[in-house]
Amino acid sequence: MSTRAKPLTLKKVLNSVPVSFAIYAFVMWLIIYGAYAGAQAMGYNWQWYRMPQYFYTLTDDGFQLGEIMIGLGKTIQLSLTAFALATIFGLFIALLRLSDLVIGRGLSIALLEFLRNMPLLVLLYLFYYVLGPVFSLDRYTASVLCLAVFHAALISEIFRAGINAIPKGQWEGATSIGMSKGQAYRYIILPQSIRFMLPPMTGEVVHLIKSSAIVSVIAVAELTTIGRNLISDTYMSFEIWFTIAAVYMVVTLLLSIGVSQVEKRYAVQT
Amino acid sequence: MKMNNTRASASLKEMIHVAHVDKFYGDFQALSDVDLSVNQGERIVICGPSGSGKSTLIRCLNGLEFHDAGEIIVDGISVEEDSKHLKTLRQEVGMVFQQFNLFPHLTILENLTIGPMKVRKIAKAEAEKRARLYLERVHIPEQADKYPAQLSGGQQQRVAIARSLCMETRIMLFDEPTSALDPEMINEVLDVMVELADTGITMVCVTHEMGFARKVADRIVFMEAGRIMETATPDKFFTNPDSERLKLFLGQILDH
Ligand SMILES: Nc1ncnc2c1ncn2[C@@H]1O[C@H](COP(=O)(O)OP(=O)(O)OP(=O)(O)O)[C@@H](O)[C@H]1O
Ligand SMILES: [Mg+2]
Repeated sequence: MSTRAKPLTLKKVLNSVPVSFAIYAFVMWLIIYGAYAGAQAMGYNWQWYRMPQYFYTLTDDGFQLGEIMIGLGKTIQLSLTAFALATIFGLFIALLRLSDLVIGRGLSIALLEFLRNMPLLVLLYLFYYVLGPVFSLDRYTASVLCLAVFHAALISEIFRAGINAIPKGQWEGATSIGMSKGQAYRYIILPQSIRFMLPPMTGEVVHLIKSSAIVSVIAVAELTTIGRNLISDTYMSFEIWFTIAAVYMVVTLLLSIGVSQVEKRYAVQT
Repeated sequence: MKMNNTRASASLKEMIHVAHVDKFYGDFQALSDVDLSVNQGERIVICGPSGSGKSTLIRCLNGLEFHDAGEIIVDGISVEEDSKHLKTLRQEVGMVFQQFNLFPHLTILENLTIGPMKVRKIAKAEAEKRARLYLERVHIPEQADKYPAQLSGGQQQRVAIARSLCMETRIMLFDEPTSALDPEMINEVLDVMVELADTGITMVCVTHEMGFARKVADRIVFMEAGRIMETATPDKFFTNPDSERLKLFLGQILDH
């Protein structure tokens, strides 16, 4: 247990918790102060006191969620629905890509190339202005489908890498006890791939939540759209954009922390 | 010294029929005109220098690889790439690999029950009962709840044998089951294989363990460069081989 005091190196000092924290706090302070000072210089009239009502209000009618929280709820709903669909599409594309069917591989590669080379914004316009009228999709559905398809391409690559990371011997072991390809995927290969896929998948969810902001261009009432609406009502652009940015960050940070916790538990098990 | 090399019990039903088989990897011919016939209950050992096609041959028997010409019939089922009976075939043919190929995310018990449950659709309780029986058979009943990574190589290979046994196959293929093991663990695996040989199961085993071959093999097959050069009973194989190549090979592996 007893560890001898080792000489303090610069790296150690920099890595210690209090010092890291101090540096972190200083950098954050610099950024915030910089923004503040800039705003001050242009004579910006700060009205932070007006912000809490957009989170919640407590009146005689009781507790009510404010617009930002409602927008956040919509963003989360939109993102999770799109992510669930993207995972299903993504798995499907990955399995096609890995299949022995030439046509399957061809289709998935064509789809991947199409999506990889398509700006998300253009894809959204395609879904909303072209597919929308054809299949009578409302804004919300068009947005969910667009995000799902766009991220399915990225997720399929995560699946493919995860599946390819499993040694060939696992396939042979599964085959040798008579499993079909589907059974081998389901019981042997995919459960082992999850460990490789969890970190990049978290990255994908974060990415999706962030890119969901783009649907504000077709006025789906999510967090960013709410922000824009609030600003046109109140002209508090600094307060509101700072707040919206902070809300996105809190959500994505919480998510990353949550998943790394799950990962730790997973790591112990095997 | 010898146990029962020529057993009356080896019935005449042909379990494995290999005739005129060729196999190519690109331009490289891994098997050339291979013929082999194995009767029910027979124990065959295959040996030969590295790259001679031993693994290729044995993997063609359960459709892990597919031959390009000739005919392979195992337990009445023709082994072909798009055969509907391939799954049935693999249920009847067990295989033990050099690298064990256990499923690392499952406990030992789950490794043994997943095949019977998912492939043979046997109830969980029954599958577990069977699994424990075969773990007993390979002398590691106490390891049931561990994960493969927690076991020694020898124990893992015995689990792999039990996994095949749980499928109650009539044919077992072994591809160098002891080559990846530390020397002190080889015997515990060979002992299990010798016991298995006495149960009447049909065995085809690629190995260079000549002590094992002498003890259990009905016939020993010597391969070189994708061909079967010689097939003989252990007696003749070790004392009076026909081909010069085999004499050379035996000289090399028996010398140390
Ligand atoms: N998937 C493959 N693609 C190309 N060539 C292969 C493949 N598998 C095997 N070969 C070649 O076929 C030949 C026979 O291989 P095989 O694995 O059957 O030999 P082996 O007798 O089992 O040798 P070892 O004792 O080293 O296991 C070798 O020359 C090998 O390089
Ligand atoms: Mg081999």
